[in-house]
Amino acid sequence: MSDVKLTIDGQKVTVANGTSILEAAKQIGIKIPALCYDPNLEVVAACRLCIVEIEGSNKLQTSCSTRVKEGMVVHTESEKVVETRKDVLQLLLDSHPNDCLTCQKAGDCFLQKYAYEYDLKFREHDGAMRPELLDTSSPYILKDDAKCILCGKCVRTCAQVSERQVLTFAERGYDTYIACDANQTLETSSCVSCNRCVTVCPVGALVDKRQLSKLRSWEGSSRVVNCKRCDYGCEFEIVSKDNKNISVVAKPPTNGRPLCLKGRLNTELEYLNQPEAPYRKIDGRFEETTWSKALSLDGILEKIEKMDSIKGSTGEE
Amino acid sequence: MITVEKLKKIKKEQRPLLEKRLREIGNVDIKEDGSIVLNGDYYKKQLRIALKNCEIIDPNNIKEYIAVDGYFALADCLSNMSPKEIIEDIKESGLRGRGGAGFPTGKKWETAYSYDDDQKYMIANADEGDPGAFMDRSILENDPHSVLEGMIIGGYAVGADKGFIYVRAEYPLAVERLQIAIEQAKELGVLGNNILGTGFNFDIELRLGAGAFVCGEGTALIESIEGKRGMPRTKIYRTSHKGLWEKPTIINNVETYANVPVIFQKGVNWYKNIGTEKSPGTKVFALVGKVENAGLVEVPMGTTLREIVFDIGGGTQNGKKFKAVQTGGPSGGCIPADLIDTPVDFESLDEIGSIMGSGGMVVMDEDTCMVDIARYFLDFTVDESCGKCVPCREGTKRLLEMLERFVAGKGEEGDIERLERLSNTVTEASLCSLGKTAATPIVTTLKYFMDEYKAHIYDKKCPAGACQALVEYFITDDCIGCGACAKACPVDCISGEKKELHVIDQDRCIKCGACMEACPPKVSAVIKR
Ligand SMILES: Cc1cc2nc3c(=O)[nH]c(=O)nc-3n(C[C@H](O)[C@H](O)[C@H](O)COP(=O)(O)O)c2cc1C
Ligand code: SF4
Ligand code: SF4
Repeated sequence: MSDVKLTIDGQKVTVANGTSILEAAKQIGIKIPALCYDPNLEVVAACRLCIVEIEGSNKLQTSCSTRVKEGMVVHTESEKVVETRKDVLQLLLDSHPNDCLTCQKAGDCFLQKYAYEYDLKFREHDGAMRPELLDTSSPYILKDDAKCILCGKCVRTCAQVSERQVLTFAERGYDTYIACDANQTLETSSCVSCNRCVTVCPVGALVDKRQLSKLRSWEGSSRVVNCKRCDYGCEFEIVSKDNKNISVVAKPPTNGRPLCLKGRLNTELEYLNQPEAPYRKIDGRFEETTWSKALSLDGILEKIEKMDSIKGSTGEE
Repeated sequence: MITVEKLKKIKKEQRPLLEKRLREIGNVDIKEDGSIVLNGDYYKKQLRIALKNCEIIDPNNIKEYIAVDGYFALADCLSNMSPKEIIEDIKESGLRGRGGAGFPTGKKWETAYSYDDDQKYMIANADEGDPGAFMDRSILENDPHSVLEGMIIGGYAVGADKGFIYVRAEYPLAVERLQIAIEQAKELGVLGNNILGTGFNFDIELRLGAGAFVCGEGTALIESIEGKRGMPRTKIYRTSHKGLWEKPTIINNVETYANVPVIFQKGVNWYKNIGTEKSPGTKVFALVGKVENAGLVEVPMGTTLREIVFDIGGGTQNGKKFKAVQTGGPSGGCIPADLIDTPVDFESLDEIGSIMGSGGMVVMDEDTCMVDIARYFLDFTVDESCGKCVPCREGTKRLLEMLERFVAGKGEEGDIERLERLSNTVTEASLCSLGKTAATPIVTTLKYFMDEYKAHIYDKKCPAGACQALVEYFITDDCIGCGACAKACPVDCISGEKKELHVIDQDRCIKCGACMEACPPKVSAVIKR
């Protein structure tokens, strides 16, 4: 593929033809704000934060969906861009609950990050707010619709695994929300608790429930391990505090990896000092279960023991 | 197999029958050149191209369409013209899309033609979601074959063999007539395999839209045909390059297609001479609102608003003062009375901040409050926003909330500036044209009727007397003390001795207007202010 030369914020850059402006900017260290963009997902240009000004065009363009052209001159922080971007962000804040003090996502939240960077605050008003719908039905995921910014990343990542496609948009306009199947809860829906959606949600609308109240994002430390359960080797973060491994967090699935609950539980059991009880979904109901059941090791464990004891008794190495 | 000879034979047989039937009804003039037009003043001042057969032929009889030269253009195109020549002619004719944006049709077809692909699609956009619009419905119900013929010609030109008509499910009669038309066209051999014996195949299927306004947006419509949620796509590619199922796809409006056969029947030069240089041809408008003769009006582009509203429409009703006309549907602009001589074409409307849109035209008189009108249109957009992008989903909602406050007398200092700024952001940053044009009713009313905004916000008054929360019923010195008003008042808030001046307790008044009705006409002491 041929290369394209362009200028972004005064810096010259050469990238492959077909690259988006956003990716081209990233290559020279310019991070254009974006909430709905994810290199692993279909480009939808819905949040409109990544707008940039292109010389010769009087309209702002979204940098995630606009591909580079030879000789293009792009401004990612011109006055017009910044003013418009701030207005769009403010619109999101105006519908968002002022709950950063106790929100699990604080510190990792992109809405918070951009509000900080562009110096925007929550405003009081008597207009509409997103309805307070909280889905607490799952032991693994907490879904807080009031915090959702409708970027649709969860819907897109869920749809990447063809047999899942649990999450969808429902209603329209200001009343739009993310639904599980046809208006089920996480528990009664076909959700398999793989947590793909949790890994991509930019705000606190979908969070890992097993992490709640354990630590703030800036506390402790973490390292990444690969799941040993199957050949995909999905990545998990082992989060530790005070020399204790306290939670396992799924990392965004890449390279066609599916991510699954069993793998995560497997990793929890392997690394955590005090893993919480596992749950299984049976006929649309979550039930507490045993580790061997959760990891489908029933029968196998006894057999392994038996085999090992036979080996031990015959004295073979 | 059908041939041109057979078409001619059908025409020869059917034409006298058609004329006889029409003479019996007596609603038409049959001219020397063979054209048939509806009689009456309302139609005399119009020039009908897209509507030319409406209320003239029987839409359920393909032979009547052939009797007025139908399918001859198709036969001519297929046997005597190359796809390239057809595209050149459409480009030369200057035909521009009638669905709203006015995009040059020939250019669009050329793009789809230029991509070498074994599968391409033609789509007719018959979603017509604008409230009060019924031009496309009228064409579909009264002259479905003209749309089929335009699509088949287009299909041949760009190299597509499959077409979809995306029609609102709320148009059952249009659906029924299209189904009959498709069947008859297939039976006759002008649609389907080996059309007119030329070896060209083209098939058309109907797709019913669930009625969301945004599904009329080209890419949302494609998503909907693909079975997905009807949300606009971000434009990485033109649909004429990658559209339906990622294949080159032409989407044109119903009226656009209805123009196509006529261009080939009467010739490019004939067509180009109608309308203006940059907007050739005619446009159909749905003239509604406070106008004497509401209805469908088709006139050459460049006709002035005055000619449409007054000469054809007969002006406002009941001698009320004309105040404004809104063009372009819910995302169009309000044009004030002093711009009534503006010619109606894409460029002129754009210059004064409005749009052609699909051809809605709402007439407003002195009783219409322009702030309330902006609120009314925003209310529609807020309901119809698909919710995908932030500026439209969130921004239109806040714009509406502001306007709602104004009409309720709760506007504050600084609100006009906030309204302007947010209108600008929604326009700049929205993903699709629904959001990009949602603020037009606000922007144009701010531009032409700023006084009314100020009156609402600073003086808490509605100059048109339309906003209930801001009007006050008041009894003047003319009061004769008959007590009729006090009797009529449902909340008993009028007091006064017999033969003395009566007074309304403004705090308790519910502004129903009963007192004004009750006051004897000769006295008329109750006024609204
Ligand atoms: C919100 C929205 C609604 C639309 N609705 C319609 C419609 O009902 N009919 C239509 O022909 N075009 C509609 N359009 C315009 C289409 O996107 C598209 O431009 C048009 O169908 C192209 O056909 P044309 O070039 O023949 O005008 C709509 C656009 C938007 C943004
Ligand atoms: S839940 Fe999160 S990822 Fe899903 S749409 Fe809402 S904000 Fe986006
Ligand atoms: S502008 Fe409105 S209708 Fe268009 S994509 Fe955005 S939310 Fe949907």
